[in-house]
Amino acid sequence: MSTGESGRDRDPGVLEPGTPATPQAAGRGSRLFGGRAVLISTTSTIVFLVVIAVIVALAPGSSIVGERFFSGFHLRQAIFGTPGTPSVVGAFFLNVRIFMIAEVLILALALVVAVVRSIPGPAFFPLRALAVAYTDLGRGVPLILVLYMIGFGVPGLGLQFFSSRSDVTYGIVALVLVYSAYVTEVYRAGIDSVHDSQVAAARALGLSRYKTMRFVVLPQAIRRVIPPLLNDFIGLQKDTALVSVLGSVEAARAAQIYGASQFNYASYVVAAVLFIAMTIPLARFTDHLIERDRRRRHVGAVT
Amino acid sequence: MSFKDRAAAVELDDVHKSFGPIMVLNGISLAVMPHEVVCFIGASGSGKSTLLKCVNLIEGIDSGRILVGGEEITARAVDVNRIRRRIGIVFQAFNLFPHMTVLRNITLGPVEALGQSRAEALEVAGGLLERFGLADKTNEYPDRLSGGQQQRVAIVRSLAMKPDIMLLDEVTSALDPELVAEVLNVIHELAAGGMTMLIATHEMSFARDIADRVYFLDDGGIAEQGAPDQIFTAPRHPRTKQFLQRIIAAGRL
Repeated sequence: MSTGESGRDRDPGVLEPGTPATPQAAGRGSRLFGGRAVLISTTSTIVFLVVIAVIVALAPGSSIVGERFFSGFHLRQAIFGTPGTPSVVGAFFLNVRIFMIAEVLILALALVVAVVRSIPGPAFFPLRALAVAYTDLGRGVPLILVLYMIGFGVPGLGLQFFSSRSDVTYGIVALVLVYSAYVTEVYRAGIDSVHDSQVAAARALGLSRYKTMRFVVLPQAIRRVIPPLLNDFIGLQKDTALVSVLGSVEAARAAQIYGASQFNYASYVVAAVLFIAMTIPLARFTDHLIERDRRRRHVGAVT
Repeated sequence: MSFKDRAAAVELDDVHKSFGPIMVLNGISLAVMPHEVVCFIGASGSGKSTLLKCVNLIEGIDSGRILVGGEEITARAVDVNRIRRRIGIVFQAFNLFPHMTVLRNITLGPVEALGQSRAEALEVAGGLLERFGLADKTNEYPDRLSGGQQQRVAIVRSLAMKPDIMLLDEVTSALDPELVAEVLNVIHELAAGGMTMLIATHEMSFARDIADRVYFLDDGGIAEQGAPDQIFTAPRHPRTKQFLQRIIAAGRL
């Protein structure tokens, strides 16, 4: 920061009132000096990137890496497709569709299982046990095994309705079964986190168990578990690629087809970027919700 | 005022209740008449809160009977939801629903448990909020209110159910001292309106003011009962004397 240029940029900052003396004042003052902080971080980031770029460019084998992974020609071909290979972007819409449908079904199924698991009373023991067994199995069996069992097993049964569905449908069913087991546990943590006194207050008003759950427990529980829920959905977005093992041409499979026919991996980069482009907004949104929740609880603790 | 009296609003007949090996209610028998205000005092753990929770069926009892308006509510086949709708309870920690506005906190019970129309419930809630000086808080969320305001909302929430009886479980214990008065004023107003109330409290001067009768509970039993003046000025039971001396020493009477 000793160049004349940044020195001039710094002037307004220097003219700011007395430099903060106490640490507390400095903490508050950091907002005043935000412009300078941004400038420093931008400069250091640019320097850092330049250094990395130089190292990469000078590294042995960098040209072959560039050709195999980042060739403009192959990137374009992978994105738009060729007469012999599918477009990776086009195939990615299948991932989006699988995700959207699976997400809704998971939210519903997991909620039902979580609520069933929290029904009290000895008469409901079999239902509770079933719910526990389901979450144990769903979380314990690898997704790819479930995909094989449903995608290859069910068609082989020769059942009228169930055995003539599309690969995508079987894939969605497998994703829903496995992910609902995880999401059930997330919901259950939320339900358990609602204090007994809330239930007592609702029941004292003469609300039934069902209405207590619906109006008092679940609204609070779901609000609390939105960040972990979104976290599971980030995983789900990526795992839609596994549906390709059943033969569906989604983004990862389309990229593989291109890579195998052209001996070039730019198509994988395209697919990877597409997945990242879908998951990053959700990840940032999750961060935002967690931060908001933290702030709100902080405020709550003060009052 | 025998506890055999059929006209009693609340009647306990030899009620026993234990948590594991600890006997919390050890053969309690009492009767509270309609429009009567009864205060329960005693050390922490003497059974005051448990007694109220049993009357509202939040806690079950081991033996004995509890009757409300002559109906045995501890009988086997009784519909607990129906009983609870007739009995309001206010908790030490308010227990408002944090995800609902003040108005929705109050209308939830009447709409969902009593089956009132939304319009009717809104009208009742509006009237009660007005009456207790909370009209400007109608659309606030509970965490935006002071403890005293929250507790007043909790009282209004119970009142909106038009209960026959109110149970108040140490409703001022969680409040800062300067907020206690506003809540006690509300309770005084209810008493003046003829509400039958069972009050567990640590506020001795309040109990002395408001109660028609005071019960001193000790180790799950009724050690002494009587008019407040008698209990507070001429206690007979040694445990009552001891308890009140400690209270006086702590400057709480």
